[in-house]
Amino acid sequence: MTTPSRYWREIPQRYRLEANKCSKCGIKFFPPRLICPECKNRELEKTKIAETGKIITYTVIRVPPHQFVDQAPYAVGIVELDDGFKLTAQIVDCDFEDLKIGQKVRIEFRKIFDEGESGILCYGYKFVLDE
Amino acid sequence: MEGIIGYGAYIPRNRIKVEEIAKVWGADASSYKRGLMLEEKSVPSPDQDTITMSVEAAKNALRRAGIDPVDIGAVYVGSESHPYAVKPSGTVLAEALGATPEVHTADFEFACKAGTEGMFVALSLVKAGEIKYGLAVGADTSQGAPGDALEYSAAAGAAAFIFGQKNIIARTLDTYSYMTDTPDFWRREYQYYPQHGGRFTGDPAYFSHTKGAAKGIMKKAGMKPVDFDYVIFHQPNGKFPFRVGKMLGFNEKQIEPGWLVNRLGNTYSGSSPLGLTATLDISNPGDRILIVSYGSGAGSDAFIFEVTERIDEVRDMAPKTRDLLDKDKNYLEYGEYAKFRQKIRKAN
Amino acid sequence: MRDVAIIGVGMTKWGELWEKSLRSIFVETALLAFDDAGVDQIDSMYVGSMSSGIFVGQEHIASLLADYLGQVPVPSTRVESACTSGGLALRLGFMEVASGMSDVVLVSGVEKMTDCSGSEATYALGTAADQEYEGYHGITFPGLYALIARAHMEKYGTTREQMAMVAVKNHRNGAKNPLAQFQFEITVDSVLNSVMIADPLRILDCSPISDGAAAAIICPVEMARSMNKPIIKIIGTGHATDRIAISTRKDITWLEATYQAAKQAYAMADKKPEDINIFEVHDCFTIAEICVMEALGIVEKGKGGDAVEQGLTSLEGKIPVNPSGGLKSKGHPVGATGVAQVVEIVKQLRGEAGERQIKDARVAMAQNMGGSGGSTVVHIFERE
Repeated sequence: MTTPSRYWREIPQRYRLEANKCSKCGIKFFPPRLICPECKNRELEKTKIAETGKIITYTVIRVPPHQFVDQAPYAVGIVELDDGFKLTAQIVDCDFEDLKIGQKVRIEFRKIFDEGESGILCYGYKFVLDE
Repeated sequence: MEGIIGYGAYIPRNRIKVEEIAKVWGADASSYKRGLMLEEKSVPSPDQDTITMSVEAAKNALRRAGIDPVDIGAVYVGSESHPYAVKPSGTVLAEALGATPEVHTADFEFACKAGTEGMFVALSLVKAGEIKYGLAVGADTSQGAPGDALEYSAAAGAAAFIFGQKNIIARTLDTYSYMTDTPDFWRREYQYYPQHGGRFTGDPAYFSHTKGAAKGIMKKAGMKPVDFDYVIFHQPNGKFPFRVGKMLGFNEKQIEPGWLVNRLGNTYSGSSPLGLTATLDISNPGDRILIVSYGSGAGSDAFIFEVTERIDEVRDMAPKTRDLLDKDKNYLEYGEYAKFRQKIRKAN
Repeated sequence: MRDVAIIGVGMTKWGELWEKSLRSIFVETALLAFDDAGVDQIDSMYVGSMSSGIFVGQEHIASLLADYLGQVPVPSTRVESACTSGGLALRLGFMEVASGMSDVVLVSGVEKMTDCSGSEATYALGTAADQEYEGYHGITFPGLYALIARAHMEKYGTTREQMAMVAVKNHRNGAKNPLAQFQFEITVDSVLNSVMIADPLRILDCSPISDGAAAAIICPVEMARSMNKPIIKIIGTGHATDRIAISTRKDITWLEATYQAAKQAYAMADKKPEDINIFEVHDCFTIAEICVMEALGIVEKGKGGDAVEQGLTSLEGKIPVNPSGGLKSKGHPVGATGVAQVVEIVKQLRGEAGERQIKDARVAMAQNMGGSGGSTVVHIFERE
């Protein structure tokens, strides 16, 4: 078992989608970075990424890693958010047949997995279909 | 003056019908439907719990309140299904909203009354001037034992309220609480499912306390049933709220807007709070609303709210409770429901 | 910089090698390379291994394997770059010989994957993705390539059948390779009806879990000449990285690291794609071979699927890809794969590839890729 520290330090990103942004080229980074890969600028400002977007690709995981065995099959997609940022997360509460590229989605707060029956509960963002 | 400045609801999209449960246990669905006045109930997805639903309901409340979350001075989650036995739900909620670290956070538990408990404390702190804004959520993903009568009603949902002194949607005219020690329903430590006292949960428990609280607050405020546009009672099944309403002299029109149980089930700590969000959704400036919760053990909290003109501005800023209840439902078979609710024994 | 030649290669049959341990697989394979080269002493060695720590709970394998190979105290280095650990071991060995630091160097790769459960192996392979922002959400390796596949289908009209044809071709080649894990042919139908792993990828789109090792001995060309060995020269090498989380890439269907590594190797070797007679590429999933062909410049962007369908990449085609059977049929003990590509190329360039021999092959390329394309190593070889 890992200590909860690893989960805990990602909370601002997992719970609140905290990102940062290059003060020169304006590119957003999620998770936040210390240096802009485009212009090497180290002045980065706190920002957030959008909570709605559209699916640009997706899959349905049938053979999961052990922490996700109880959830399979489940959909995972890459979503282009309204601010242009792309994010990988599960797409839940949907019929797999309804998934399609271009489908609008929004973020919801969900349990991602638990560390066994006695370990911590790990939360974060997932996508649900938006209308 | 203080009151509700933002409110929000969350209901999972999964449902199971009374017939589907009755079929498995060889029970007579029509007698349950008639007896409980219940058609179906909500079921959380496997990745939903009191914490996740609290976050979604609270975000909806924030949308209507339009405040900066860092100004929230208290975050309270009332539930009898907190995901951790030890470790607060409220800290996750406060963190997810961005209300940390200058915030008072606590989890409440009092069977189905925990939601209004949080509301009572948050409101009181605002009234005392201790905090600028206070958030209270009632949320549950309760479970009845398989085959027990409670299995037909134990449902999932959350309602959140932000209290403050400015930009009020519904000002508080009065509050009142009514408690005794009455063991009608309980769950011991380490037990998965609750136990209850059968018909003992009726007269000496639910009816005695809801009536006591409703009469108490009306006496305190000098008001009568006709002075209210709407009334919400805790909804363990479809019949009880109408019966207690009738005993007190309320009519069906006052009760119906907040009466969700026939298609939602009993969302425990979320039950009467969701009745309030549904009622606020359809209310007009000047409307007076009485809400009376009930929690086994046993007690009732009562509040009288008067709706302000701001309701017309905020009503559409977040999903309405009836829409969450009616739109985009996903009906489960019992097998899926048992899998979702982890009722199936698996290899370790 | 000195010119570098490969004077010996070794590989044993890959598969589920229940009776063999990590060290025994490695030593047997390395000894075959020693015998092929005619040496029993080396100056230095490199071992590619992605995750011996998770697969068999053993780190520090560079020293362990040097010891069991009877080479202590020579310097021994373990190399890790996910599935391109083997390719990178070759590049580092090449640099050591080319620089004049060492003369005879063993470059190798090994992975023992069947000592842990399937879900543990899935997890271990998944650690090559961004654990906090991809793995956390339940994505798997087949899942990442499935995301790429769906995007490629959407953008270029690549078909499910075309992907299946990659597996069919590689199995046809592998059926002729006595060291391959799966020495049998499959059909498009069997691929399309196999078990779904991560939509749209099915089990027969995926390379298997394998045990195996591969080894090569390299030395300066002048030394190889004095030993009267056939001269297979390493004439180009390239190595590049890409953003590890695929969502953060500009184009999900494009393998930029492969493009960049190939560009370096082509420039160093002074070759163009059309000069290459054989390609051994990283077909960890059928879609990967399609994307790799595009990034290597063998075909235009978006035309990888068509090339497979037209038979251009078969053994008899104009541009044979994966005559060994590829990862799909030969197997994919991850750390060993990059070196096994070299084993195949050396056999082909020496004319020792038996039934799958490609006639008059003189120049060949190996492309070995880590994770979902976050790292790539490309080498070009030429028979003198």
